[in-house]
Amino acid sequence: MSIWVNKDTRIIVQGLTGTEGRFHAARCREYGANIVGGVTPGKAGQDVDGVPIFNTVEDAATATEANASLIFVPPAFAADAILEAADAGIDIIVCITEGIPTRDMIRVQRILQGLPARLIGPNSPGIISPGQTKIGIMPAHIHKPGTIGVVSRSGTLTYEAVDQLTRLDLGQSTCVGIGGDPLPGTNFIDCLEAFEEDSETEGVVMIGEIGGAAEEEAAEFVKQFVSKPVVAFIAGQTAPPGRRMGHAGAIISGGKGTAAEKIKSLREAGIAVAASPAEIGSTMKNLLEAQALS
Amino acid sequence: MKVHEYQGKEILARYGVAVPRGILITTAAEARTAASKLGGRVVVKAQIHAGGRGKGGGVKLAADPNEAEKVAGQILGMTLVTKQTGPEGKLVSRVLVEEALPIDRELYLGIVLDRGEGFPVMMASRFGGMEIEEVAARNPEAILKAHFDPDVGLHQYLARRLAFGLGLEGDAFKAGVKFMGALARAYADSDASLAEINPLITTTDGRVIALDAKMGFDDSALFRHKDVLDMRDLDEEEALEVEASKYDLNYIKLDGTIGCMVNGAGLAMATMDIIKYYGGEPANFLDVGGGASQERVSAAFRILLSDTHVKGVLINIFGGIVRCDMIARGVVEAAKQIDLKVPLVVRLEGTNVEEGRRLLNESGLDLTVGEGMADAAEKVVKAVVGK
Repeated sequence: MSIWVNKDTRIIVQGLTGTEGRFHAARCREYGANIVGGVTPGKAGQDVDGVPIFNTVEDAATATEANASLIFVPPAFAADAILEAADAGIDIIVCITEGIPTRDMIRVQRILQGLPARLIGPNSPGIISPGQTKIGIMPAHIHKPGTIGVVSRSGTLTYEAVDQLTRLDLGQSTCVGIGGDPLPGTNFIDCLEAFEEDSETEGVVMIGEIGGAAEEEAAEFVKQFVSKPVVAFIAGQTAPPGRRMGHAGAIISGGKGTAAEKIKSLREAGIAVAASPAEIGSTMKNLLEAQALS
Repeated sequence: MKVHEYQGKEILARYGVAVPRGILITTAAEARTAASKLGGRVVVKAQIHAGGRGKGGGVKLAADPNEAEKVAGQILGMTLVTKQTGPEGKLVSRVLVEEALPIDRELYLGIVLDRGEGFPVMMASRFGGMEIEEVAARNPEAILKAHFDPDVGLHQYLARRLAFGLGLEGDAFKAGVKFMGALARAYADSDASLAEINPLITTTDGRVIALDAKMGFDDSALFRHKDVLDMRDLDEEEALEVEASKYDLNYIKLDGTIGCMVNGAGLAMATMDIIKYYGGEPANFLDVGGGASQERVSAAFRILLSDTHVKGVLINIFGGIVRCDMIARGVVEAAKQIDLKVPLVVRLEGTNVEEGRRLLNESGLDLTVGEGMADAAEKVVKAVVGK
């Protein structure tokens, strides 16, 4: 099973005619994703590898009954692309674009509050329900259908964790990259809540990093509402304060948002925190085995 | 991106934020002229990005133009050491000469993004001159807060609430409300990530003025603020980081001995962590990014090796978008030019991994292959630290 996206999800790609959009949409289709259309203003009537292009998301949604959108639009125009998708009634909006100005995202978040759409990202590798659909740029072959939910602020570190899980024969229900920006559309708590409700998910891996207080808030949520085993890792234990570590959201400011504080909150909430990034998979395996014995 | 105090004040003044009259100078003689123009009694302030300038001797009061010249002569060319510069300090080449003001009270006003609320928050406190983090830790209720939507600005009633909370009265109250509105507009319209006025002063004649100003800007929004981008001072940045930014590489120099090259920010941080976990110290954070080309990988390798503290290198790549064969070509290319003298451990995984490994093996480079992240980290630490 899965959360939010499955084999029936009908996807349009905003920015399908660009190099990246075209490349990754092809990889998604190879995996079985149901990509039904693309949107590039001014290019209606064309097609990319047989997928029809529309001028607007509204046109695309009307013609294809799409309920998800994958966005590869450049940073200066990406916020507008998200709003266009939400306005057209798209349910799941996955934004890969990195480097959207914070002010634009403040506006997007304020407007989305009044709409049913769920935004995943920006600056996200996307979402995948292994064996069903892939809406993003993650390498498909490391995934395996199963019962572990994965939620992460990072891209490649998620691949690392998923690879470890798969090698230990722990498949995944859904993997969500919430993105490395300071203002993500979907946060840890949204994912934890959905994984808790998903009958097929048996455990959750949560990968956080320095900066902000999202991990602390997630820890509090787990303590109160999550019955399934949760394993966490926090990247950036050795990061210096005041420096932006690649991700716009990964910065320790005013002594807040350190890995040590986050790990403390997670442990206090009963979450198993992997000491090394190489032990994320094995920590989950041990936890599940211990649970099976008790 | 950070700017100097004088640049921050220049931006703020455009939005109607009250700042002292001031003149930027680069020679002591200019300080005399500047002080004369500003009325004689002035404050002479070293312009470096780091805070704590006053305690380090970089801010001095001068009673007249003569003294201004003398003091400016002392500050210009000095290597200013503050708690934020590190022990090596920072060379002062620019000085701001400002009118000395009749200070009544010293307050604090700052704006940052509140991620939890999804809006910027203006923070005000009666404890000017103290760091806000210190106030927050000791006396959190002493910090007054008001959130605002950058598309709307700070509502008047919120500014009034903060001004009353700060105990402003009469002319200073009116000036304070106006100041807050202008500061919020400046923050929003310049795509700032930080606007901190510490101290914010009231004068004995009822004015409210930004005595100091620290501004930071959202790097992602600089494309629409060429004027701000032009204020970038490369002398304030680590030379290797400036070089890296030319290739769109995310590089941050650290103090350790193990250089690392990784794709993806999260994995790059995790790689630093695992080096430490096995007893080593990372020399840098380096994310070659998702769209890395062979040239960029070459440049990255060259940059991390030009740090003379590096005694070993760990390359950790989980290829998704990035192909392992491309990374391998870049490394081989760079290693040929550089004459690699330190141990190199490479861990490749993901897209085109076989081809990548083959290229490395056939390159004749003296390198060790890591099987997984833990093994690779352990090997590089062993090679460098020797345990």
